Amino acid sequence: MKSAYTWGGILVIVFASVVGDILLARAMKQVGDVHALWHRSGLWTVVSRILGNPNFFLGLTAMTVAFFSLLFALSWGDVSLVAPAAASLTFIGNAFAAKVFLHEKVDRRRWIAALLVAAGVALLAG
Amino acid sequence: MTFRKYLVLAGVTVFAAAGDSMLSHGMKQTGNISLHHLQGVILAVRNPFVAVGILLLLAFFASYMNSLSWADLTYVLPATSLGYVLLALVAKFALHEEVSPMRWLGIALISGGVGFVAGGPALTAQDVPESLRLEKDSRNGVRTAEMVSGGVRR
Repeated sequence: MKSAYTWGGILVIVFASVVGDILLARAMKQVGDVHALWHRSGLWTVVSRILGNPNFFLGLTAMTVAFFSLLFALSWGDVSLVAPAAASLTFIGNAFAAKVFLHEKVDRRRWIAALLVAAGVALLAG
Repeated sequence: MTFRKYLVLAGVTVFAAAGDSMLSHGMKQTGNISLHHLQGVILAVRNPFVAVGILLLLAFFASYMNSLSWADLTYVLPATSLGYVLLALVAKFALHEEVSPMRWLGIALISGGVGFVAGGPALTAQDVPESLRLEKDSRNGVRTAEMVSGGVRR
């Protein structure tokens, strides 16, 4: 039963992190290249464009949910399971979601990279 | 990819790793915080390691947002995962902790993943806003020119 809670917690962390990353990435693509924008219109324009973007705040909220679910999951399960499992599943979930929602070209090179990093993180923190 | 962009990616990597280790070190000094004694959180912020850790994580967030404005999420995440390797190396050489063979294998896998993604393009998304389109078009132009010259040579 305890392990069901732990895995449920891990799934909530992964879901919230992926939603957060996708929304933040979309927000920053809508803002545009900050180097170019800063050069052209100044820092204030960059800051106001980011703070005026609803996706940025939704992404930030999702990240906050992910952080607090991590705290809860850590109180149910071992840190050596929760942290690496959540981190590596987030890498794989992000590759799927970026392909579907952000229309990124996740080719074989990027899949191999995501899987290698996910496996590496699991080994490193395990 | 310009030198400045590599510098931003390095910032994402280093700030995250340094911020996490500062916070972890500081929180071990402050001790446990329970839901019934939330004022402990405020006391924790007064610990210099925790304060510097928070500043470093803010710097991480700024560079992360910066990188996402000109690169794909599936490029930034693997490219900046070297932070995990950095943490393991700090644990081994600065803190003299034991790094097991399994962890060395993990380091090798992550480094391999970074190598894989770094060889490809940083931006592939179709619906790119106007401010980025110029750079993308010029890059496509170069690629077309290369293809043409390759065809002539053949």
